[in-house]
Amino acid sequence: MSTSPEMYSLRVNGTEQHVKDAWIGESLLYVLRERLGFMGAKGACEQGECGSCTVLINNDAVCSCLVMAASAIDTDITTVEGLATTETPNDIQQAFVTEGAVQCGFCTPGLIVAVHHLLETNSSPSEIEVKEALSGNICRCTGYGRIFSAVQLVISQREKSVS
Amino acid sequence: MTTRTTNKQRDVLGVSALRPDGIAKTQGTFSFSSDYTADNMLWGATLRSPHPYARIISIDISAAIKIDGVETILLSGDVPGKLTYGLIASDQPVFASDYVRYMGEPIAAVAADHPETCRRALDAIVIHYEVMTPLTSIEDALNPNTPSIHPDGNVFRHQRILHGDANATGDIIVEGEYEIGMQDQAFLGLEAALAYPDSDGAGVELVVATQWLHEDQKQIADCLAMPKEKVRLQLGGVGGAFGAREDISLQVHTCLLALRTGRPVKMQYTREESFFGHVHRHPGVIALKHHVTNEGRIVKIEGTMKLDGGAYASTSSAVLINGVTHIQGPYKCANAVFDGYAVRTNNPPCGAMRGFGVVQACFAHEGQMDKLAAATGIDEVEIRLRNIIHTGDTMITGQVLESVAPLERCIRETAAMPLPAEMGLQPHELDLPGGSGRTADRRNIVRGIGWGVSMKNLMYSEGFDDYSTARCTLTNGSVELKFATSEVGQGFVTLAPQIARSVLGVDEVTYDTIDTQIGSAGSTSASRQTWMSGGAVDGACRMVRERLFEHVGSLHGIDPLRLAIDDTDVIDTIGTLRISVQEASANFTVSETFEYHHRTTEDLDENGQGNCHVAFAFVAHRAVVDVDVELGLVKVVQIATAQDVGRVLNPMSVTGQIEGGIAQGLGLAVMEEIIVTNGIVRNPSFTDYLLPTALDAPQVLISMIEEPDPQAPMGAKGVGEAPCISVTPAIVAAIRNATGKSIDRCPVRPQDICF
Repeated sequence: MSTSPEMYSLRVNGTEQHVKDAWIGESLLYVLRERLGFMGAKGACEQGECGSCTVLINNDAVCSCLVMAASAIDTDITTVEGLATTETPNDIQQAFVTEGAVQCGFCTPGLIVAVHHLLETNSSPSEIEVKEALSGNICRCTGYGRIFSAVQLVISQREKSVS
Repeated sequence: MTTRTTNKQRDVLGVSALRPDGIAKTQGTFSFSSDYTADNMLWGATLRSPHPYARIISIDISAAIKIDGVETILLSGDVPGKLTYGLIASDQPVFASDYVRYMGEPIAAVAADHPETCRRALDAIVIHYEVMTPLTSIEDALNPNTPSIHPDGNVFRHQRILHGDANATGDIIVEGEYEIGMQDQAFLGLEAALAYPDSDGAGVELVVATQWLHEDQKQIADCLAMPKEKVRLQLGGVGGAFGAREDISLQVHTCLLALRTGRPVKMQYTREESFFGHVHRHPGVIALKHHVTNEGRIVKIEGTMKLDGGAYASTSSAVLINGVTHIQGPYKCANAVFDGYAVRTNNPPCGAMRGFGVVQACFAHEGQMDKLAAATGIDEVEIRLRNIIHTGDTMITGQVLESVAPLERCIRETAAMPLPAEMGLQPHELDLPGGSGRTADRRNIVRGIGWGVSMKNLMYSEGFDDYSTARCTLTNGSVELKFATSEVGQGFVTLAPQIARSVLGVDEVTYDTIDTQIGSAGSTSASRQTWMSGGAVDGACRMVRERLFEHVGSLHGIDPLRLAIDDTDVIDTIGTLRISVQEASANFTVSETFEYHHRTTEDLDENGQGNCHVAFAFVAHRAVVDVDVELGLVKVVQIATAQDVGRVLNPMSVTGQIEGGIAQGLGLAVMEEIIVTNGIVRNPSFTDYLLPTALDAPQVLISMIEEPDPQAPMGAKGVGEAPCISVTPAIVAAIRNATGKSIDRCPVRPQDICF
């Protein structure tokens, strides 16, 4: 790029990441994927309609395609890669597979982040609250039924482990 | 040493085995085609026509090529081989050079160091057009006086069906005209590919999300003027397909850019570009006239189906055939006079989408069944039961229905499912029609119930041999499978190991990279991969099993014909030998490749007669909707369905296909439509093209009807398309039932309900 390159750093999953030679107009989604190698956030509409690129910024769920990367300096960015280790998937990830909530899987990482965010803010959401919380994440394969089952499984497992 | 693991459920056929790629997909570590990257990689981008129809006068790339970071710009003259491509007719230019025939048609491709550089380069290419009046109506395209917009003419295909007595009449005649809007597949994983040129420039490797690697390979090789083996394809992770990845989109462009620059090139469409970069479901108009007896029995159908195929052929001719040959629906009909036309216009090209012509036909024949019910005074379930087709009946093509046809069970089991509770007086606002709009008033909400029933052909038709290939290698108790079957999300990578475990008694099964280093698997479409690639895997595993039995037989002095697999052991069926497959295959490697072909089919003759289809599956849907009659908003409350699946090989996968298909059919019923005016696409974005969200998902009640089909390799029919076919007319029928309005188009818009 001929435009003057920028250098800044982002705190992703608790680690400072240096972004070199960036164009200032790059979205957080682009920088996470193409410059820092966090491929878990997916781009599918690039206008905040589908939720495939969902990440947490200071524990708020946002569409990373709508956030300028340079504006996320000094925030805590959490991607799907930051929710669990590769070796030990978390209960949400496991439930998605167990309940058949994954088909093509393109929407899945965004949904995992969205479900994580929902259950962090409301540990026993009603059915309609789950639907509302996930209505910003489009899935074209499943028709959502197995996704609801996966969320219910996590809720009941967590309730059991608390009691 | 024999170890038995009978206490653990094995992931064999019939079990809800989990996806082997599931955890990686939840972690974001599964590589979709857009996730691939390479050292020294360039980005590619496509320049597209803003006009639906124009003559290109000049193209000036001189300013664009000078932009810092731009490596190359390619035009039609840079295509070394065939200048056109296409699945059936090769009529679509790699790059337009004389005319552009639809909005979004590719004209040039650029490779540069950054997507933003590409965008600037595209902006700097100067094209002078002579803008022409687009041909945008089906009727104009059918008019012989309309000038051709393409050397191949304006009609892709006309197919007549003439069956039985053309002069037969019924006691009652019911007529209807039905309109279907243009639907988009809207897979989430946008078109993306990464091409690596061979160092000598004589070949290329392409990682791409596609439905059919070998068909892409053939078309790409022709355009590159390379032998097929020099174009090696690997399946990049596919983020859904639904028909939209059957045609070439960015494959040739990406390879050309990589070969020209000598560097890896990645192309990745934006959502807007994706709307222009792949074909859509055909919009169309179907006129139908049913003659019935006073008892409601169908005597004859007459009518026309007119599909708008857009600017290029794609699969229009095959979609049309599917449409006209399914126009009778799953009902007996002795006499038919029907004409189908698929035409060329300057609208976006249309081709394959889940349901492939049968969606359109079903919307019309189910609308008719409800009109027949009203005209004869017979209940809408009873009128369908009275006419249903059975195995052994002759269809309007003259073909005898050989498939198992448990349609009566589908209808009766659907009818027996419980209806949802009535809406309370103070419902949750998100349960109201309009969802988060929260504008609906409870007092204006009316409930309706509607029905849809359908049959859908499986596999390719009209003499096409869409075979599939698989290799099975057994060594030391574990199996590796190899196939070129596109995994688009449907779960073939789950099913294939289940087959191997069932046939060979192994537990550890892996599959090799999905690529062109083995024979074709055919396309992941037409509900065909469980049958075709499943049949290939099953066949290869059975061949390996024979070799294993020969090996065990010779070691133990037993006739191999006496041996069988029991759980994870090889046993002598009339003796005492029992050894584990693990032990039996120790230090033994055997590999077999099997090609599965379905039975042959025939072309239709000029009267639409011929054994053109391989097999059929059946399904019934009942929809319950709440309609705000004042605002024209619809909430689909419940879908009940019973589907003929042959045999359930993985219950969870089948459930996923049924629920997902229903959501897409719901989309076509009440929200999804690409709006095109004068050839201009008005809503190429997810902001304006509405897709069902979690809040739109209805309750789904499912019954899987298992009557194994003896013609299917494992008794299992394909389940992918049936769910999305008759659910659309069922929902629209429920809206008619709620509103009392005659609504004969989908998607149903608020103005269709309110005005």
